[in-house]
Amino acid sequence: MARRATPEVNAGSMADIAFLLLIFFLVTTTIEKDKGIARQLPPIEEIENPPIIKQKNLFIVNVNRDDQLLVEDDLMDLKDLRQAAIDFIDNGGAPAGSPEHCNYCKGKRLPDSSDNPDKAVISVQNDRKTSYKMYIAVQNELVAAYNFLRNRESQRLYGWDFTVMKKGIDDGDITGSRADDIEEKLQNIQKLIPLKLSEAEPKKSGS
Amino acid sequence: MSKFKKKKGGEIPAVNTASLPDIVFMLLFFFMVVTVLREDNLLVQQKIPKGDQVEKLKKDRSVFVYAGKPSPRYQDKYGKEGKIQIGDKYTDITQLSPALTELRSKLRPELQSKVMVALKVDEDTNTGLVTDIKQELRELQMYKIIYITSPGNQIEN
Repeated sequence: MARRATPEVNAGSMADIAFLLLIFFLVTTTIEKDKGIARQLPPIEEIENPPIIKQKNLFIVNVNRDDQLLVEDDLMDLKDLRQAAIDFIDNGGAPAGSPEHCNYCKGKRLPDSSDNPDKAVISVQNDRKTSYKMYIAVQNELVAAYNFLRNRESQRLYGWDFTVMKKGIDDGDITGSRADDIEEKLQNIQKLIPLKLSEAEPKKSGS
Repeated sequence: MSKFKKKKGGEIPAVNTASLPDIVFMLLFFFMVVTVLREDNLLVQQKIPKGDQVEKLKKDRSVFVYAGKPSPRYQDKYGKEGKIQIGDKYTDITQLSPALTELRSKLRPELQSKVMVALKVDEDTNTGLVTDIKQELRELQMYKIIYITSPGNQIEN
């Protein structure tokens, strides 16, 4: 008569085992979050007859060993650098009618600043003792200036932001024929506002 | 006498914990899926500078180069000068190119030509060290680099 019930397996320690595993994974893993400023290094070979860049097409940013910023021979705060760079790239100083004339520039068209965005070159000079923090801050501001202008142009031509669409393509959110179409337009914008950042070999630190 | 048994004294029944393992397993699977194993054991300080004009790092085609002061527990042995770390050990600037070539050969073959060097550099490092690394990279013809930054902007704070 007495029905012997099979004893239940005690699952009380299951939670402990799972917690142990959970803590192990929590400790040994990191959530992927790496982002950064991408840059292309110039090839090492010497270019024969380097193109001569006119003084007015050159925007010199100098950072000294105490992390002070010297822009076109004037001391400048980091927060003003972005606007200064935008003003320089967007100046469009070449007179109307000349082949260099920039018809989409909205700058002040000063004759002693850059002819057009294609001619404008930003040159960054560092001291070897400049802190990496300052170096990245300067690079960030200069890229921001280019991104601002690229966004403005893509808004004008296509009605969307350059950076937003580029991120969409990089993340793989935009695919198929639409991606090809946008890729082409992105390159168009890059041609209008090419990123011309040059880095001089840093000077030996003056002791 | 009474037909109905008197209810047992107001004892609270034990909370049923049978579903606790399920909940914990759910958490466990979540973390297993969203995380990747930490690859390198850091020997240098890594306080990454801030930047907001960023692009995403394509992890399948990147090799990492770390630089910065040695971590506090290694400072007695290695001093406080900025050092380069590749993989799990300190690397001298002259050893940079063999170390990077080896790392590159571990990538998938079709991606080796598109290799990207991710520079994870502490913000207190001298730019000179980074320049030396970049010079080596140019000689190795690894032209694509990415300066890893943390989210934020240096002007705002």
